[in-house]
Amino acid sequence: MDNKAKKNALHIENVTMQFGGVVSVNNLSIDVPEHDIIALIGPNGAGKTTAFNCITGVYKPTNGLIEFMGTPMVRSYPSGKDRKNYKGENADKYRGKSVLNPTPDEITKLGIARTFQNIRLWNSMTVFENVLTAKHMRAKQNVFSAIFRGNRSEEKRMREETMELLKEQGLDAYKDENATSLPYGLQRRLEIARALATDPKLLLLDEPAAGMNPQETLELADFVQEIREKYDLTVFLIEHHMDLVMNISDYIYVIDFGSEIARGKPDEVQSNQKVIEAYLGVGEEEG
Amino acid sequence: MSEKKSNLPALIGIVILFLFIILLENIRSFIPGLPMIFDPMSPLFTVLKKAAVYSLVAVSMNLLNGFTGLFSLGQAGFMLLGAYTYAILTVPSAMKDQVYYLFGGCAFQFSLVDFFQGIFGSAGAGYAVGLILSCLIAIILAGVVAGFFAFLIGFPVLRLKSDYLAIATLGFAEILRAIFQWQTLGPVTNGANMIKGFPTFTSFNITGAGGQVVLRLSTFVPFLITTVCIAIIVLLINSSYGRAFKSIRDDEIAAEAMGIRLFSHKMLSFVISSFFAGVGGAMFAMYVANAQAKAFTSTMTYEILLIVVIGGIGSVSGSVLATFLYVACSEWWLRFLDSEQYIGSFKVPLLRNGFRMVVFSVVIMIIVLFFSQGIMGNREIDLNAIFTGKKRRSGSQGK
Repeated sequence: MDNKAKKNALHIENVTMQFGGVVSVNNLSIDVPEHDIIALIGPNGAGKTTAFNCITGVYKPTNGLIEFMGTPMVRSYPSGKDRKNYKGENADKYRGKSVLNPTPDEITKLGIARTFQNIRLWNSMTVFENVLTAKHMRAKQNVFSAIFRGNRSEEKRMREETMELLKEQGLDAYKDENATSLPYGLQRRLEIARALATDPKLLLLDEPAAGMNPQETLELADFVQEIREKYDLTVFLIEHHMDLVMNISDYIYVIDFGSEIARGKPDEVQSNQKVIEAYLGVGEEEG
Repeated sequence: MSEKKSNLPALIGIVILFLFIILLENIRSFIPGLPMIFDPMSPLFTVLKKAAVYSLVAVSMNLLNGFTGLFSLGQAGFMLLGAYTYAILTVPSAMKDQVYYLFGGCAFQFSLVDFFQGIFGSAGAGYAVGLILSCLIAIILAGVVAGFFAFLIGFPVLRLKSDYLAIATLGFAEILRAIFQWQTLGPVTNGANMIKGFPTFTSFNITGAGGQVVLRLSTFVPFLITTVCIAIIVLLINSSYGRAFKSIRDDEIAAEAMGIRLFSHKMLSFVISSFFAGVGGAMFAMYVANAQAKAFTSTMTYEILLIVVIGGIGSVSGSVLATFLYVACSEWWLRFLDSEQYIGSFKVPLLRNGFRMVVFSVVIMIIVLFFSQGIMGNREIDLNAIFTGKKRRSGSQGK
């Protein structure tokens, strides 16, 4: 790989996710170097979101290793009944090593924040509260100091940082509005702002341009690059919109039916025959 | 929510409310000619006392069901724990043989009341200090016991979701009720019989040398305790933890992805809610002047759930307001439906014992059908605005 010199923020190795007899993600290996924007693309049902859910702790992968900033974060191998039914590869590679299976909140605490394909804002809260609540994880306080206001300075800091973040994202004008009353594009932006409030090192974006018009998509591309510079982030995104991916990605992985079919720089991937086939479909008369 | 705003007007308002309640309860001692409604035995004061107790339990239930989104129906069970803890700790030793006569005396001889009377004396100001301290400690311990049991059953139960959680907590409450009625535990719980003889709200009335009441405080005391407890709950809801609770209610998956530990936050909310339910239970025992397991049925939980729904799930002031309305209706305003009434010489049909519940059910059905958000929805009454008169809203009966 040409990115050998750079340190990897995220290193995914031989990850397989099998649900019953269905292999959703098959032996996937991805490197996300620090400060890069890496994209994972593929047609519908290719297993992109499943891969994301393995990284963020929603699913425990059947087999494989995920390292974050050089330390193993998730590690698993098939055992018992799963082993008998296992259809993937490398079943014994991680055997004997301890199983690591952190919960989503523990992974967020390590410094991985995510957004969702279908927006998941807290709908009873204002824009301001949505971002403020995401700061709860890193606040230095306990219940008693919170109830009896012994955390006044901490609370003040959280509020100031939230305000600052909203200003930077251009959301300060909407701060007292209900989060779900915002236009769609701004809701996406708010979700990213909320993820940024957890002070991540790696940002995972699950189809950030879904449902956006071309103008909004262009703005989003600028926005992602802007926040990468400003917060020194590594970005790993899943996307359908080819324009967005080709514009901003440093490196692209393409998967279909759970397996990798191509990887490379945007122009390499664009001209790859397998990718074109996967996206356009292979005609029956040809195949 | 903003921090700059002073809470002084609300505090002054609450103090005025307290003074008003003390005045209301004592006014007939100064002006004996007033109507019977101001008599300390009138339904007005029954309603005020009971509503003060119930509003704390309703708010504690709202913290769990409305703000954290955990549909739990164990409130009566935690009240029972609180009531028994309070009763067992405060029955004076002299009363114990009499109360536990069926079991040949009590296995638990310690009494907080005796303990503090031993320190401060049993007359005059020393008695008052001892009474206040023993009740205060017993009430706090009542909450602690309820909270501790919540912590224990939280481990298996909080892994369940929605209806399953409701069934599990309801079952827990019923099991507790059965255990407390178990004859084998008689020397501690007095079996299915009631425990009595402990200090009640009436014990706080200040009496003169001859035993006559000088100043009645029996309505003020539950108001004071409830106000302090609700204030603590409101502070919690408006804190960072309260926001985390609401985020769990709104979207659990998003909350977890933003680093909020689901289990520990649910547990926290469950334990705090149960703590205050325990305190409410202790106050309920003080209100009815006895502690008996058969009072804490699931019907009681449903009653409180109904209050929370009528007041608005996710509104503290709504719960308080609804409690006062509900208790007033069930204990006072709709009582006339239970007896035969005559207008002139015309006998109003249908009115007989039990008809009150028919009308009451219809009223509740109308509320649930046409005002499904409850009285307040998830809005709050702004006390500061009310007492400064800036933005007056109607229906500010609550505290």
